[in-house]
Order: sequence, then structure tokens, then C-alpha cells
Amino acid sequence: MEPQAASRDDLLVILRHSPHGTSWLRDGLDAALVAAAFGQTVSLLFQGDGVLALLRGQGSGALGQKGTAATLEMLSLYDIDALFVDAEALARLGFAANELMLPTDSVDAARTAALLASHRQVLVF
Amino acid sequence: MRYALLVQGAPYSHQASHSALRFAQAVVARGHTLDSVFFYHDGVYNAARLAAPPQDEPHLPDAWCDLHAQHATALLVCIASALRRGLLDEREAVRHGKVGHSLEPPFELTGLGQLIDLGQRCDRLVTFSP
Repeated sequence: MEPQAASRDDLLVILRHSPHGTSWLRDGLDAALVAAAFGQTVSLLFQGDGVLALLRGQGSGALGQKGTAATLEMLSLYDIDALFVDAEALARLGFAANELMLPTDSVDAARTAALLASHRQVLVF
Repeated sequence: MRYALLVQGAPYSHQASHSALRFAQAVVARGHTLDSVFFYHDGVYNAARLAAPPQDEPHLPDAWCDLHAQHATALLVCIASALRRGLLDEREAVRHGKVGHSLEPPFELTGLGQLIDLGQRCDRLVTFSP
């Protein structure tokens, strides 16, 4: 393994699916929470339709799922504060970063590449 | 090198688990160690004890069991994903008052913490998703 590995952040979880339609978002968040509970440094990157998870005012959904907004609100309790959002996806869907329910850092393709390089491990959901 | 796999696709619906199995076989054929396969999301269906695919198609649950028998690869199934989808071992079936069980050793129901542990413990954790 490369010598700088020890100084890199532990885990980057990439969330690419919108809430409610599938369980991908919930499953990805669950993995992130468990990793944080195990003492890992966890960052989240919301990409593509995954940025929709961060819109304000989400309920539990028409299909009886619990929804993910409550989980997102708990992230800081797990010390998951590094939240990144794909700027291009946000723009494509017509939203601005200040409309989101949590403070996030907007990233372009170059920053995304840097994020991938700066984490020891990446899980994509 | 020590490998672990994360499998998230349902067998026969998606390529993910078929590709994962081939990758697993290649890993051990090249002399590497395949520590564990972790089944998450729809991947838990790979552990279905009652799966009965047509005889001229690969039997994925049996193939995973062969991998365990020959190379001691642990077959770990996320318990939260599994119970929701009706995959219960004997103990969980009794606990939930079900008449039969749908998952048996060498597949083991376990928590997501095992996945995180694999990520820390193995040199490579490779994901197979639909």
C-alpha cells in the first residue's frame, strides 16, 4: 500500500439514488452510519439524483417507507460532517446549494476526483 | 492479496452476482485469498436455500457454497436486508414464528459492521452492483 494511506480519510460513501423510489439511499446511509459508529472518518458525496435526498420538507413517502430525512438530520450526531454535493447535478435539477437541508460543499469533476483519491475506501450506492 | 467482495445484485435478475462469482473464482485461481463475500441489498437473494434454477443455468447459491467448502470463504448476509426480504435462518424463523427457514449455513446472517470490518481488514473490497 502507498505510504500516504495512513493520512487519508477512511471512507467515502457515494449516494446516487433519490429517496423513496428504491432502498439504495437508505442502504448507503446505513453503511455510512455503521462505519462512523465503528470510529471511521466518513464523508458523503451526493451525486446525480442522490442530491434530491437533501431537499427540505421531505415526509415519509407515499409507499410507507420511513424516508431518509430523519437519518440525514442525525449525521452530525455520528460526526459525519463532510458532506459534498455534485454541483452539476444540482444545477441540472434546478436547485441551489442554499436550498438544501444541510450545509454542503459543492464539488466539480476535478474536486470529485480529488475526493476519490483522498479516501482510503469508497462505497457506491 | 486478501480480497473481499460486496454483492448487491439479485441472482438471475442482474449480472452483478454472476460477475462476482467469476471474479471470486479468478481471485482464488490466481493464488489470492478470498476472505469473505458480503451480500447486501438485493444481493441477499444469493443465499436463498430454496432457489431452484433450471438445470442448464448456473446454480449461484450452490456455487457460493462450493467456494466456501474449497477456500473457506465466509458467506456473510446482511441481516437487515435479509429479514425484510424473507431470508431467515432457523433461529430467526423460530424467533419470528415462521414455519420454515430460507437460509442456512454456510451463509451467515450478520450485521453491516462486518462489511466495515472487511473494508479495514482486507487489501481490496470489490463491489458488484446492478
